[in-house]
Amino acid sequence: MRTTWNLSTHSRRVAAALAAGGSLLLAASARAQDAAESAIDTGDTAWILISSAVVLLMTPALALFYGGMARGKNVLGTIMHSFFLMGLVSVQWALIGYTMAFGSDVGGFVGGLDFLFLAGVGGDPNPDLVGTIPHSAFMVFQMMFAIITTALISGGFAERMRFSAFVVFSTLWVTLVYAPVCHWVWGGGWMGPNGLGALDFAGGTVVHINSGVAALAAAIVIGPRLGYPKEAMPPHNLTLTVLGAGLLWFGWFGFNAGSALASNGAAANAFAATHLAAATATVTWCLAEYTSRGKASALGAASGAVAGLVAITPAAGFVGPMSAIVIGGVAGVLCYWAVSLKRTFGYDDSLDAFGVHGIGGTWGALATGIFASAAVGGTDGLIYGNAAQMWPQIASILATAIYSFVLTFVILKVVDATVGLRVSDQDEITGLDLSQHGEVGYNL
Amino acid sequence: MKKVDAIIKPFKLDEVKESLSAIGIQGITVTEVKGFGRQKGHTELYRGAEYVVDFLPKVKLEIIVKDDMVSNVVAAIEKAAKTGRIGDGKIFVQPIDEVIRIRTSERGDQAI
Repeated sequence: MRTTWNLSTHSRRVAAALAAGGSLLLAASARAQDAAESAIDTGDTAWILISSAVVLLMTPALALFYGGMARGKNVLGTIMHSFFLMGLVSVQWALIGYTMAFGSDVGGFVGGLDFLFLAGVGGDPNPDLVGTIPHSAFMVFQMMFAIITTALISGGFAERMRFSAFVVFSTLWVTLVYAPVCHWVWGGGWMGPNGLGALDFAGGTVVHINSGVAALAAAIVIGPRLGYPKEAMPPHNLTLTVLGAGLLWFGWFGFNAGSALASNGAAANAFAATHLAAATATVTWCLAEYTSRGKASALGAASGAVAGLVAITPAAGFVGPMSAIVIGGVAGVLCYWAVSLKRTFGYDDSLDAFGVHGIGGTWGALATGIFASAAVGGTDGLIYGNAAQMWPQIASILATAIYSFVLTFVILKVVDATVGLRVSDQDEITGLDLSQHGEVGYNL
Repeated sequence: MKKVDAIIKPFKLDEVKESLSAIGIQGITVTEVKGFGRQKGHTELYRGAEYVVDFLPKVKLEIIVKDDMVSNVVAAIEKAAKTGRIGDGKIFVQPIDEVIRIRTSERGDQAI
């Protein structure tokens, strides 16, 4: 038997009233959403989301860059030092890292707990941070920086760190070192526009000096690899390294140009500067090699490109293209020389994290103070008559280097005392892939 | 029966194989090896770290030969593998106690 639905007049009136009230509510909330969404610039948002994805790609790129330079028995272990952090640091960032970096300022040192567990971080912009993109987009963009910075340190302890110690160390480092330094420069802390006025467009201090110096501390605390420096430890697969360098170069456009936090002229200028610095440094590193050793190498070209990219990172949004060429050109030669320092001082910075990122980042921070042009980024540097900008630059370099070195040193000592930093001699000889991960990179 | 071991430059392998085939040798075993004699290695340079690589890639041939064929085989290898430059390699001849063909259980000269 079929049932026929039949609304009475009364029910129809109730339904009509509900519908009217409901649509009023909907209209009101739509208007509120419109207000928030009208502040969102779709070009800016699209660019920042793409940049975030592209910066994330830099981490597996780094995995290949480093992995190819390590010995074959450690290729997976080296890759894990980058790839695993895509997991670990992302979660840490969402839980506490983001708020420690970008929460409301506490004493100039660290961010407050406003965004703990990403509370309040959603589709609406946070005008205190960036007014034209969703807060989520800014948070996720910054997350990718935290990941790669932590991954860079692995160059200093490659081929001899226990994986468990690596996980504990990385968690502590990104919390106690990265987040505060990030806050100092970009989160409203004491080094940035609210305080010292140090110029750092995309992370010369926060990323490169920070991780480079941490790598130096790690190389010193964990000690040299067995057999270093007598035993030959040539790179096992430079094709991976060059591929990684190419992908890093690509990703760096998101890293630097994305740091304009807008889809505009500043981003375009930063893009051009980034590329020119990388290009020039590739040439000058090869030139330095050719002059001193008679041959330009593929490893040299790849390393030169990275050195140039590191150096332009703090300067990208503040300098013109010709300055970018000079900055990159100097970086290529300077870092070429700097990687030989380890032989003089006897530390085993296996993959030259300090030589390229520490030294390159330092040059970049200084170069920003030298070549900054108000016409490009709003502040003049030394060559435009504003020598005073050098002081905040130097101060930011020293503060970052000292803080990073001391804290990293302490964290490493604590991890060594509790978990044990280094693999056993036998495990080191067997290789990280088998001993730490139960795997072999190549079953040829 | 004798075993002839020959260490030669890798790029000479095809030439040696052809000349052995031409005198009726039907089976050889080849291994890729590393070694050096008086030939110097090369230097590799990675970001300023210099490595001297002593060992050079070579190819080792193993051939089991009937006694009456030994001098022909040695002569064929010598001629085909020679470049006149240091590193051409060496040939070693040893006596063999027994040869067995697995498929047919033949022994001695018939198994070669």
